[in-house]
Amino acid sequence: MTGARRGAWRDFRRRLAALIRKEFRQLLRDRSNLLIGIGLPIALILIFGYGLSLDVRDARLAVALEDASPAAYETVAGLEGSTYMSTTVVRSLAAARRLMDEHRVDALLYLPADFARRAAAGDARVQLLLQGGDPTRSAAIRGYVEGALAQGEQKRRDRQGAAAGSGVVAVERMWFNAANDSTWYLVPGLIVLIMTLVGTFLTALVMAREWERGTLESLFVTPVRPGEVLLAKIVPYFAVGLVGLGMCLAAARLLFDVPIQGSLSVLLAASMLYMVVSLGIGLLISAFTRNQFLASQVAILASFMPSLMLSGFVFDLRNVPPAVQVVGHLLPATYFMELVKTLFLAGTYWPIVLKDCAILALYAVALLALARAVTRKRLD
Amino acid sequence: MSADEILAVDARGVGKRFADPATRRQLAALDDVDVRVAHGALTALVGPDGAGKTTFLRLVAGLMRPDRGELSVLGLDVTRQPQAVQDRISYMPQRFGLYEDLSVQENLDLYADLHALPLPVRRERFARLLEMTDLERFTRRPAGKLSGGMKQKLGLACTLVRSPELLLLDEPTVGVDPLSRRELWEIVQRLVTQERLSVLLATSYMDEAERCAQVHVLHEGRVLASGSPAEIAAHARGLCHDAEPPPGQPPRLLQARLLDDDAAIVDAVPHGGRVHFILRGATGPAELGLPARTLRPVAEKLEDGFMVLLRARSGERPAEAARAMPEGSGAAAAGEDAPVIEVRDLVRRFGDFVAVDKTSFSVRRGEIFGLLGPNGAGKTTTFRMLCGLLPPSGGQARVAGLDLRSARAQARGRIGYVSQKFALYANLTVEENLRFFGGAYGLRGAALRQRMQAVLAQFDLRGHQAQPAGQLPGGVKQRLAMAVGLLHEPDILFLDEPTSGADPLARRGFWRRITALASAGTTVVVTTHFMEEAEYCDRIVIQDAGRLLALGTPEQVRRQAGETAQRRLDMEQAFIAIVERARAARDTTEPTP
Repeated sequence: MTGARRGAWRDFRRRLAALIRKEFRQLLRDRSNLLIGIGLPIALILIFGYGLSLDVRDARLAVALEDASPAAYETVAGLEGSTYMSTTVVRSLAAARRLMDEHRVDALLYLPADFARRAAAGDARVQLLLQGGDPTRSAAIRGYVEGALAQGEQKRRDRQGAAAGSGVVAVERMWFNAANDSTWYLVPGLIVLIMTLVGTFLTALVMAREWERGTLESLFVTPVRPGEVLLAKIVPYFAVGLVGLGMCLAAARLLFDVPIQGSLSVLLAASMLYMVVSLGIGLLISAFTRNQFLASQVAILASFMPSLMLSGFVFDLRNVPPAVQVVGHLLPATYFMELVKTLFLAGTYWPIVLKDCAILALYAVALLALARAVTRKRLD
Repeated sequence: MSADEILAVDARGVGKRFADPATRRQLAALDDVDVRVAHGALTALVGPDGAGKTTFLRLVAGLMRPDRGELSVLGLDVTRQPQAVQDRISYMPQRFGLYEDLSVQENLDLYADLHALPLPVRRERFARLLEMTDLERFTRRPAGKLSGGMKQKLGLACTLVRSPELLLLDEPTVGVDPLSRRELWEIVQRLVTQERLSVLLATSYMDEAERCAQVHVLHEGRVLASGSPAEIAAHARGLCHDAEPPPGQPPRLLQARLLDDDAAIVDAVPHGGRVHFILRGATGPAELGLPARTLRPVAEKLEDGFMVLLRARSGERPAEAARAMPEGSGAAAAGEDAPVIEVRDLVRRFGDFVAVDKTSFSVRRGEIFGLLGPNGAGKTTTFRMLCGLLPPSGGQARVAGLDLRSARAQARGRIGYVSQKFALYANLTVEENLRFFGGAYGLRGAALRQRMQAVLAQFDLRGHQAQPAGQLPGGVKQRLAMAVGLLHEPDILFLDEPTSGADPLARRGFWRRITALASAGTTVVVTTHFMEEAEYCDRIVIQDAGRLLALGTPEQVRRQAGETAQRRLDMEQAFIAIVERARAARDTTEPTP
């Protein structure tokens, strides 16, 4: 009996090895696979790291300076020192409005002719006009302008001695992302995207290809077991996913100087767990569609796009309608996103790590079991 | 109990239903099927398209489950123990799933590993399979870069890496040229005699079924008849005759006339310059109104029995609408016209590979012109150049009086092209497809409506208008493809392997329409792997390795192959003789390294 079992085990290993060898050969010979598995992650890293940024830089500000007093000049000088803004000073409100109308500036700061006089009276009113087409950008610009004005005001008071007033000043600091640099949270998010891309999209595609080309029909009528076919798909694409992860980590450290506050080994383990989840989704999609075109569409729509939009990568999940929140929380990517951001920027915070890993592990087991159940050696 | 006492396959009352995707109605693919397959012999399943051959093989392979009945394979209940059966059999699906990125050797290795073939056995087995399939020189070539025939042979080799207890073959020779087909059969037959291999094979070639010990005729999911080829043929005993066509006329005209005479004739085909036909039981040959001296009785073959069985069942008559078409003066009279296709020293190179080498021929108006040759002979390349889809590397080609170098677009407007693969929109209906392609050819308004009505009638497509093209049965799809190709009333119709995989019944209907088209003055250029179909052609060329080996009427070509009054050849024998002779001559003049 044990002899028979040992024989079965040997056959299993031999078949699995043969299938994995085949899978690696195909992977390396088909350029489209390599393009999706390696080329696309590199492109994404470069786009997200260099090309894309949610920071507002070079905001163009027109200053309508109708007052020629030293106080007014001092205020404007404070704005011109900022690295985030480029200011254009014009002499009249009409000229500044023209710049706004022509969209040559993003905001207009109006210092009226009686600015100095009112400032002396303690009522230094200025007007800030913003382009409303891009509220996020406008809000950032408002922040910059207000900050610069407040700083100028502070300096003036310091010079005059604290007697002039006892204004309460909030001193802000951005925790976990000290520079408020968006690459700091884009790059960790990229890990989620790339692992979803390789695990779900690429795997669904190559498995659906086997259904479509009829290679499975020939393969099925051999001693091969369905579980072996699935396992042989998981191993190589797991490896490709790890290559993607490695590239992201290297890029994060070497190119973008993103700190990794948490434990690297926890990050690696969590990523492997998510890779299995992602592969499970890919195998499930291909088992249902059995068609490359459909599989790629479903993989993009059901996995890649939601990971991008609904996992909290770009939009904060707490600010979306409850229905969307529910969808977001059904996605395994949401938990992995939280986990990766925590590990990168905050550190190994065990309550979050354990909770998210447990949820991902449940997904992994459920998805693989489901994929195994629906992949049968049957054509009807 | 020894293996010989158990049948390899024992199906009793097997039924299988599928849901029709369009109507959601349940359709019976198999109904109450009894089939027994003995050990150590060849058993064939024959039948028209959609008869249920593939479904039956998939049931036997454990890839589908029967709805009713009992099916035991190698003594095991395949429904309960599919894996146990799959461990012991080999199955070659219609489209064998080779891994195209892997080399020939890697494909073989994969299957050997999956079957846990020990290394010493493997070495000996590979050597033998590669020698049999003649693939030794190509072991490092990716499977995707092999010709169609070589792919089939590799597929067979992969299924035979170890000797299975039962081999299932689903139409293994569709789209394979006669030479490769013969080689495939030699391999199978050697294994049957040497290793007592049990084989169950589905085929639409009657000559292949004739080599089997047992034949089961399937029709619409039911077994019409079972027995040895001789027993099946006996259904046509005493009914087979052949007739000589009037001098100067191609045999297809007489064949069409006989085929149209439903009351008296079951079937008629041109054969060896004469017309072979089967009478209905009640009719005597004298009642046909043919000169008695041109008639003679002949021995019945499996195909005759098959046709008798099938025509008794299906009320469908081949190409009914084609009969109503105007019969023109025919090719004989049209032959005096200037040629509509003129090809001189045509060359096509891909890199340093010469696909077509200095080929010259001409085709007259209203002619049916056949291009024959093994896989990779240059037929498809020649075809594509004539259709203006591929520019020639050298030489001249004039089509419908237009030079293909300078007026490719105009020339294309004068031709219709039906490709080998189904190239219509599967999710558009028949009518939408016709309207779209009509528009693409520049037809609109009343002219388009009138042409659509005409082709719908001509190709018996009425009643199918609202069906999505992808869901039509194979034969109807093919008629739709031809209808689309003829919408703009082209002078020339190009057909690339139109009958590949079609059953004899569908092929009769197809050729009846071609005969009618040619009589109405349309020139038809056609490629085929069924050599007997060359008999419908006025003239044929045989190509191999890019070179033209023979050009002439079927009779001239047979004579070139060495036919004499004593030694009659059929087209397939003639074809093989000509190609082999040319290959032998080439090998002696330019020895391969």
